[in-house]
Amino acid sequence: MTETRTQTQFEEVDQIVVRFAGDSGDGMQLTGDQLTRTTALMGNDLATFPDFPAEIRAPAGTLPGVSAFQLRFSNFDIHTPGDAPDVLVAMNPAALKVHVSSLRRDGTLIVDTTSFGPVDLKKAKYDKNPLEDGSLDGYRVIKLELQRLTREALASTTLDTRSKDRCKNIYALGIVSWLFHRDLKPTIQFLRGKFASKPEIAEANVKALEAGHLFAEVSGLFQAAYRVAPATFMKPGTYRNVMGNQALCLGLVAAAKKSGLRLVLGSYPITPASDILHQLATYKHHGILTFQAEDEIAAIGAAIGASYGGLLGVTSTSGPGLALKSEAIGLAVMTELPLVVIDVQRAGPSTGMPTKTEQADLLQAMFGRNGECPVPIVVARTPADSFGAAFDAVRIALRYMTPVILLSDGYIANGSEPWCVPTASSLPEIAVKFAAAGDGTARFRPYERDPVTLARVWARPGTPGCTHRIGGIEKEDGSGNISYDAQNHQHMVDLRAEKVARIANDIADAEVIGHPSPDVLFLCWGGTTGAITAAALRLSKAGHSIGAVCLRWVNPFPKNLEAILRASKRVIVPELNLGQLAMLIRSRFLVDAQPFTKVQGQPFTSHEVEEAGLAALAALRGQEVSR
Amino acid sequence: MSTTGTPLTKKDFKSDQDVRWCPGCGDYSILNAVQTAFAELGKKPHEVAIVSGIGCSSRFPYYMETYGFHTLHGRAPTIATGLKLANPDLDVWVVTGDGDALSIGGNHLIHVLRRNVGLKILLFNNRIYGLTKGQFSPTSERGKKTKSTPMGSVDEPFSPIGLALGANATFVARSVDIFAQHLVAMVKRMDAHRGTSLLEIYQNCNIFNDGAYKSFTDKELRDDRVVELHQGKPLLFGKNLDKGLSFDADLRPRIVEKADAATWDEHRANPAYATALAHADEASLPVPIGVFRDVARSPFESDLRNQLAVAGERKTESLDELLLGNETWTVGS
Ligand code: SF4
Repeated sequence: MTETRTQTQFEEVDQIVVRFAGDSGDGMQLTGDQLTRTTALMGNDLATFPDFPAEIRAPAGTLPGVSAFQLRFSNFDIHTPGDAPDVLVAMNPAALKVHVSSLRRDGTLIVDTTSFGPVDLKKAKYDKNPLEDGSLDGYRVIKLELQRLTREALASTTLDTRSKDRCKNIYALGIVSWLFHRDLKPTIQFLRGKFASKPEIAEANVKALEAGHLFAEVSGLFQAAYRVAPATFMKPGTYRNVMGNQALCLGLVAAAKKSGLRLVLGSYPITPASDILHQLATYKHHGILTFQAEDEIAAIGAAIGASYGGLLGVTSTSGPGLALKSEAIGLAVMTELPLVVIDVQRAGPSTGMPTKTEQADLLQAMFGRNGECPVPIVVARTPADSFGAAFDAVRIALRYMTPVILLSDGYIANGSEPWCVPTASSLPEIAVKFAAAGDGTARFRPYERDPVTLARVWARPGTPGCTHRIGGIEKEDGSGNISYDAQNHQHMVDLRAEKVARIANDIADAEVIGHPSPDVLFLCWGGTTGAITAAALRLSKAGHSIGAVCLRWVNPFPKNLEAILRASKRVIVPELNLGQLAMLIRSRFLVDAQPFTKVQGQPFTSHEVEEAGLAALAALRGQEVSR
Repeated sequence: MSTTGTPLTKKDFKSDQDVRWCPGCGDYSILNAVQTAFAELGKKPHEVAIVSGIGCSSRFPYYMETYGFHTLHGRAPTIATGLKLANPDLDVWVVTGDGDALSIGGNHLIHVLRRNVGLKILLFNNRIYGLTKGQFSPTSERGKKTKSTPMGSVDEPFSPIGLALGANATFVARSVDIFAQHLVAMVKRMDAHRGTSLLEIYQNCNIFNDGAYKSFTDKELRDDRVVELHQGKPLLFGKNLDKGLSFDADLRPRIVEKADAATWDEHRANPAYATALAHADEASLPVPIGVFRDVARSPFESDLRNQLAVAGERKTESLDELLLGNETWTVGS
């Protein structure tokens, strides 16, 4: 043992990108999650990208059934899970077929050769065996019969063959753990916890993990193991790794606690938002009430009812659900009740591609209701940023008595990164004021307003002397009485718009990253933030006049945005749709914002964004020269 | 508007808004009956919230001096559910109509009934769309000629009571707009129930479906055409209560001698008898009014709140502990 250890060569690198790909039954997500946990605990910066199979129940070994997980970790500040992996672990021909083209040239390909028979190749739509036809030349190919190796490692156990084979992914994790010098302890701990009721399975998995590790060490197949030192640039503090949906839930709970209100979530299962319902359902000990409704409309109805009752109503969904909720959002606008509506976007239209990411619900969030129906829109930009976005959504909803739409997307919802955990005491208090009991002498006026925020007064049913009626019919300001008066309607429509506009007074200014006064400005929102930040930082560092603004609020825009846009010579709006933010920017500011778009169910690579930036810069210089 | 002191009268439940139903509409008598019942029950206006959907009946909250929420077409049960979850002590009523509750809101109605949320639902059934001016509704009889069905409707109608029983509702009753005393008594019965109580109220729309219930509610016909359900009493009707109702082997209701009348038990766990009455042929049999079913089941909001209490006892966690989770690492300064 000691002897082999000393033979291990370590190569110090500053980052690694690894991707696991296999059948949806191969446990790729679990494998990726464990490597991520360990990596987080080892103090690296990291970003992950789980890419779920297009079809949940696709037949084994076929292309639509391929599930993948990419992890990038580093000793420096990173913003994306990386473009091309350095190492690809492919568990079958289909996984190889789908993912090999993204592997870096001269990258390492670890491939399980167990199932490369004619039938397997046919299922993966290979005419020839890629292991033999030379198509993998240029990669460092390491062929392993993982099934045989795993069975051998578990020969002494009493498990049946099927159960042994199911430890294959953990064996592979053992190999990769050695390759990247990752600690085995967190995974061992996890396995013993997960299979606590089946100790035999737990120990078999631990054995497979250790055997894979040892195999990698002694087989001589790998020239060296890689070591990535802990990240040192990070600001001091306590960190944990969080996924976007997870951070979003924590932000909601934190904001509810800071406002002193109980949170009520009304929700209906939908990919990729269901985890919000699942997670909040485990926070009952924090007083969080979750209600799985009969449909999307009932889900938001219950949230509105809870807000009417004086609690914090929240509803979570994805694009199709947001469409169903639009009438109810209109009611919340009309009755001026606080409400948070979460849309974890996925590729559309209609059912679209539920497990794939997209940002094409922006205009739906902005305009998808009847009548003039303004709703503030806050966006989560990265997995960890989802915490702040959710906190902000609650803060504004309560301060302005308005529904707020919180946009996230599948990419950040399921992606993860380190999060510097704030202390509870460092989070701002959220002041909430209810109408005080009256003596019944004066008629209560539910539409009296705060002169600064224009928020109406909030009276909890049950309060003596405050009985009143509200509803979706146009009402007179102040008294709340039904009114069809022409001038009053104009006044109320203007007022509801003005209320949302005033939120600009309460949100942070936009910040330019990269070049401080760039000629080319990327303007982005939401989940593209990682790729755009990385591109802007790299290009500006290389001396290019390129910067970026990544918006937290899309409605209203931050007050300083217009000046930033006008100061730059060219505005590029990269987004995963056909140009929705670009359309809003052009109509709002009459600025010649150019969309840079992609709708493939996949996030931008930093490389794509960098090229777009350089092309814009070149075009600009060309123009300047010819002028 | 006074909220303290002397006992309240029905006037105390009248809001300052002008009532805007068509003159002669059955909704007026229902409003009156509810205000009377609320006063007699000793309710306080601020302890009551009335949630309605859309339709003629759903204007109801505006005329009541209580908390009121006029919501979306068909969605009142969802909003009322959220309100009841928010405040289980609040007295929450839902006002809806046949189109609102059974057509656009049918899904919500069945789910609120199966969950047994502590809501009291007044379903005004006029067997027509009034607010949109006279289309057939899901309770209109087959063959109904309306603007949208010039050759007569080919839709089979719902029995609201049958539907509610099918959804395993715990309290289901029926009354009629012009049977003032009976209506007040039924509102009081609903009030006493824990869980969802549903009262179907036959309501005359004198503009678009006048006389829908005339054949059994007219003064001269009433005694022979209506059978009142009374707990533990035989099913009798007729001027001198000289005729009875019973069930044949297939559970079909039929008219029998007084002595052979079946005894009514609203507490039966098995909803079969109540369902048989709900679907009884209106033309050939007396129309049942009263409580079809009243059984005990714990209300949804209590069960949900209990889980919170249990979870709170099992685990206490500060916000800091929650945010940190189980796996952290520290970056030093
Ligand atoms: S239309 Fe019919 S139901 Fe509506 S208010 Fe007039 S009479 Fe009453």
